[in-house]
Amino acid sequence: MSVDAATVRRIARLARIAVTDDEVPHLQGELNAMLAFVEQLSEVDVDGVEPMTSVTPMEMKKRADVVNDGEIADDIVRNAPATDDHFFLVPKVVE
Amino acid sequence: MSAASGKLIKGATGDWETVIGLEVHAQVTSNSKLFSGASTEFGGEPNSHVSLVDAAMPGMLPVINEECVRQAVRTGLGLNAKINLRSVFDRKNYFYPDSPQGYQISQYLSPVVGEGEVMLELDGGRTATVGIERLHLEQDAGKLLHDRSPSLTCVDLNRCGVALMEIVSKPDIRDAEQAKAYVTKLRSILRYLGTCDGDMEKGSLRADVNVSVRRAGATELGTRCEIKNMNSISFIGDAIEHEARRQIEIIEDGGTIDQETRLYDPGKGETRSMRSKEEAHDYRYFPDPDLLPLEFSEAFVAGIKAGLPELPDQKKARFIAEFGLSPYDASVLVAERESADFYETVLAGLADKARDGKLAANWVINELFGRLNKEGRDITGSPVSSEQLSAIVDLIGEGTISGKIAKDLFEIVWTEGGDPRALVETRGMKQVTDLGAIEKVVDEIIAANPDKVAQARARPQLAGWFVGQVMKSSGGKANPQTVNDLLKSKLGI
Repeated sequence: MSVDAATVRRIARLARIAVTDDEVPHLQGELNAMLAFVEQLSEVDVDGVEPMTSVTPMEMKKRADVVNDGEIADDIVRNAPATDDHFFLVPKVVE
Repeated sequence: MSAASGKLIKGATGDWETVIGLEVHAQVTSNSKLFSGASTEFGGEPNSHVSLVDAAMPGMLPVINEECVRQAVRTGLGLNAKINLRSVFDRKNYFYPDSPQGYQISQYLSPVVGEGEVMLELDGGRTATVGIERLHLEQDAGKLLHDRSPSLTCVDLNRCGVALMEIVSKPDIRDAEQAKAYVTKLRSILRYLGTCDGDMEKGSLRADVNVSVRRAGATELGTRCEIKNMNSISFIGDAIEHEARRQIEIIEDGGTIDQETRLYDPGKGETRSMRSKEEAHDYRYFPDPDLLPLEFSEAFVAGIKAGLPELPDQKKARFIAEFGLSPYDASVLVAERESADFYETVLAGLADKARDGKLAANWVINELFGRLNKEGRDITGSPVSSEQLSAIVDLIGEGTISGKIAKDLFEIVWTEGGDPRALVETRGMKQVTDLGAIEKVVDEIIAANPDKVAQARARPQLAGWFVGQVMKSSGGKANPQTVNDLLKSKLGI
């Protein structure tokens, strides 16, 4: 598997990372090197092998249905570049 | 699964069939969010029901709310669906200000609930079965407000992370009526189960509707369009009709349908394209590395199953079998949980359920619902309590008052309140069954109207006039059957 220049631009766009045309060949090379490295895994025959999610048997931790968090609007918006009345403000996005 | 046939739409070149599938997003009833301890309460000051997890602050990890899992399983059981003892949470990646994570935690390949079905009742006693493809748990997004500033959008994350169940139907629905019946029934089941409050105005239940058309008799599916975010059952019906006609016109004019996302504009009665969503369709799903697979035991499912309430279909069947209600009356009573609960409380208050269960249903549906409808109230705001209605039905059932007097009594209870049994005593509304008293009235009327007596002897159907007179002079309290019998023997007819 390998990516072409158009795919690199598309991935960058989906991730909202600004990539100039000059940077594309370099990124394409890096991504393809990574993909080639990972590709080696496909040499292993994993037919009938269950995907492993943990090296030790573990169960997902669950939480009781109680409200014990929130009511910290000041903290939530503290790092935001722009706020008003505890709303985050972002450039206008309308459908 | 064979779908029930639906209403065909006439085009310029022939008949067309509509094929519909729905994705319903139902907000899970829970105190706290799916993966955090922040409140799910509706409203609240901006960003007050938000934890650092919901705001996706670095280093925060999601921990699942076990009640949300139970609610999903409960719903799956209510939809007669397969419950998956192991399911997986995935990240659905998209970039938008309503999601600070940059992805929604959802379930993609392994949902918690698999295939099930919902039974629909349609006009004219027809039924249809709609297959359920799957149900999965996922996070709701935040809310964007565009009208507070001309150049900026305000972001409120209070809803962000609240648990949703996405319930996906198979494309088994064939017209707008079936689609509306499906959402209505699904909403009713969720409300009986207590897994979603079904409040469409507050957005607790909303639907994405997939619509395609094909020529009547065709078996291949046409290209579909998805109408997003419908939060009213009647708009869902309207949107389907408009969208189907739009597609038929395009195809009949020689065009093709583009698979796309559309929005319904109820004001204009049309759907329009949401082009901005096109590129976002590449969600790059992958298993969420922050969450282990969701696993639970058969015993966990069995425990939930044992605690399931009676659902509308079962309740309806029981009402028909136990009290001899008509299927229609039973449907009316079970459609809303509150109505069914009210009827059951009336039943519980009756002296003789088996005798008067059907009578009670008639009174709940015709007198009470009729009156509530007329005054634009719902059952929770009824001025007549279930105890009062039970008493009225008892009084009729035991023969203390006639049905006609009962309506007057109902009126008094509705406007003035009070104990029906005491009212009957104090206001002298008791039905007169005392033969002697009625006989006296009958004799008086016969004596005063010799001409009518002669007429009635010649034409027995005129005896009705005497019944009317006796009832009138007894203030409606004479037992009509007794009056009839007496008159017949006295007049010799």
